[in-house]
Amino acid sequence: MSLSVPAAPSPTEPRGGLLTPFNLITGAILLGGAVILAIRFTRGLAATTNLSHTNPWGLWIGFDVMSGVALAAGGFVTSTAVYLFGMKEYKPVVRPAILTGFLGYFLVVLGLLADLGRPWRLPYPFIRQAGPTSPLFEVALCVALYLTVLFVESTPAVLEWLGWKRARRLVGSMTIALTILGLLLSTMHQSTLGAMFMITPTKLHPLWYSAHLPVQFFVSAVAAGISMVIVEGMFSHRAFHHQVEISQDHFLRINLGLAKGASVVLATYLAIKAVGLTLEDKWQLLGTGWGLWYLVELVGFVLLPCMLFTVAYRESRLPLARVAAVITVIGVVLNRFNVSFIAFNWKVPADQRYVPSWMEVWVTVAFITFAVVAFRWIANRMPIMYEHPDWKGSH
Amino acid sequence: MTVSRRGFIGGVLGSALAAGTSEASSVEYFSGYPGRYGLLHDTTLCVGCRSCEVACKKVNDLPPFEGNAVGDQSVFASTRRSTDTTLTVVNRYREAEGNQPAVYRKQQCMHCNEPCCATVCPVHAFEKTPEGPVLYHPELCMGCRYCVTACPYYALAYEYDNPLTPRVMRCTMCYPRIKEGLKPGCAEACPMGAITFGRRDELLKVARERIRKNPERYVDHIFGENEFGGTSWLILSGIPFDQLGLDAGVTHESLPSIGTSYLSVVPLVITIYPGLLAGFYAFTKRKEQLAKQESQAAVAETLKRAGEETQQKLAAAAEKAKKDQDKAVERAVKEAVAKALSEQGKGDAS
Repeated sequence: MSLSVPAAPSPTEPRGGLLTPFNLITGAILLGGAVILAIRFTRGLAATTNLSHTNPWGLWIGFDVMSGVALAAGGFVTSTAVYLFGMKEYKPVVRPAILTGFLGYFLVVLGLLADLGRPWRLPYPFIRQAGPTSPLFEVALCVALYLTVLFVESTPAVLEWLGWKRARRLVGSMTIALTILGLLLSTMHQSTLGAMFMITPTKLHPLWYSAHLPVQFFVSAVAAGISMVIVEGMFSHRAFHHQVEISQDHFLRINLGLAKGASVVLATYLAIKAVGLTLEDKWQLLGTGWGLWYLVELVGFVLLPCMLFTVAYRESRLPLARVAAVITVIGVVLNRFNVSFIAFNWKVPADQRYVPSWMEVWVTVAFITFAVVAFRWIANRMPIMYEHPDWKGSH
Repeated sequence: MTVSRRGFIGGVLGSALAAGTSEASSVEYFSGYPGRYGLLHDTTLCVGCRSCEVACKKVNDLPPFEGNAVGDQSVFASTRRSTDTTLTVVNRYREAEGNQPAVYRKQQCMHCNEPCCATVCPVHAFEKTPEGPVLYHPELCMGCRYCVTACPYYALAYEYDNPLTPRVMRCTMCYPRIKEGLKPGCAEACPMGAITFGRRDELLKVARERIRKNPERYVDHIFGENEFGGTSWLILSGIPFDQLGLDAGVTHESLPSIGTSYLSVVPLVITIYPGLLAGFYAFTKRKEQLAKQESQAAVAETLKRAGEETQQKLAAAAEKAKKDQDKAVERAVKEAVAKALSEQGKGDAS
């Protein structure tokens, strides 16, 4: 059986030594991030961020946590499709999606550790005193559990790499249970991240504030998750082409299927938004300045990619699907930014509004870089982009 | 349980279960701890002297203002807010005009009846005391600042320049002083009697009485009586409250009841999803199995039919072969007979 494996990838030989352009650039970004974090933990958040008493949440919450969780939704979306709904042709994207998800959630925790005033107290809700009335308590509990689920879901690749067959078989036997648990936890915390802002009806602009925020967050996270699988495939399919064993045609079919799914999810999201505007009688607000900005988000980053996905699917145009995926990802991030700091505090005078400092941006970029480096390191060694010959076709 | 009638029972599941029972069984309405304290801020009496600001710093051991803040009006050029070192500030919301005096309002934590800072805290570091003040416990706080985000009054501040032990900073309503039987620092310091400390229900009566006696002086409304479920601080004003920087969009519903109602759905997700999803999985499996069975049956049927046909063909072929053989034998016999006859004929002739 193992004879049929094409170009079994060897633990990657560092191409061109340590001083490759990739390593130099990522090294510089990571080093800069470490320096800024050192300043943050010696001189405080004030020395590194533009946070204020009026704007207590900035980029590290708006991107690293709010957007990070949404963008990491690909793991639960693909594993649900493949393992629960039996859409087996998507199996090749499950492992990369779960690894992306795991690293994404890892970033969420890293971002949170940078942002928390006393990060070493992160386990306090579970070991000192629980605040079960808090949506954030539920998010913390779900993220902690889901990170564990994603970790276990990622272990097959590691165990296959290590050749630990018994442990690998054990994890494989838990696939369905883990998938159900992952979907359950994701439904809960993806939506509760939106619910976190339901207590701020006077601070969040009414166009973004909605009783449906939890549902809107969940549905848009599914769109973001699917789009991230396409975007991730765009990079990794090329970078790891020597490992990829599915045919070009199969890869195309997977991506077009994802495009179709994304277009349906985005259309659903649009419909939910329209229902919200109608039920809460907010259509007239679209005529204001904030309404224009809302339309930019909704037309430019939801309706447009929805249509592009549809065309891409109908005409089998992979590049177009990728464009739509990138727009969707940006759109979901924009939505999270709007909710957490752009349309939030909309009544606050302009001079007291929050704009991230360059150090906040740098740290966020460094975290993303860290995830890319980690993905690369793992995918270069472990069976992520291909199926291990001994475990073909198994869960 | 002033803090939240719905929550604070403990455990996500526990609170959800209890929510059902309490709503079913309780017609009673809990309007808060009886006899709790509050403060009445009559903005029509405030002259913006900032004595309260100075006193607040003093009783809370916070770094004092530079120079003599009392009477220093230069700060009114901009609208300020409470910070981590200044727990209360006075702002000017209208300049003096003719014989209309300037209008000032003191800003600080309102000590809500149902404080959303307490509701959203994932470690429950806030506590609504029976005396009225909302207290904060820094020894539990992990610094997520959700409370600062949630507060509709922009009254909470955070020690951003403290790298290791930052705290949320806000007015404590001078809880330690209340326990000692003293008035809060600001109420004691106010030379104009614009801040009255007392039992909240008594203060409401006082406020109503003032409005009744001087209807031309006051807007007929006590801010804080019902706003967001009511606050310990009560405010009287001579100008509309939205001109005082008090949000015009406030409701009487408490923010915790608006903001955490969704959480009751969460236990439903936990209870419904496993069965539902296992059902989906079983459905998919069954579909696969049925498809497999159908295809197997179809293959078997085809094979069977093919077998029968082959046998028929074989039989036909065998019959045909037999016939052919018979014919061949017949032909051979005929030929042999003919040959023998002709040979016999030759012999006779010679």
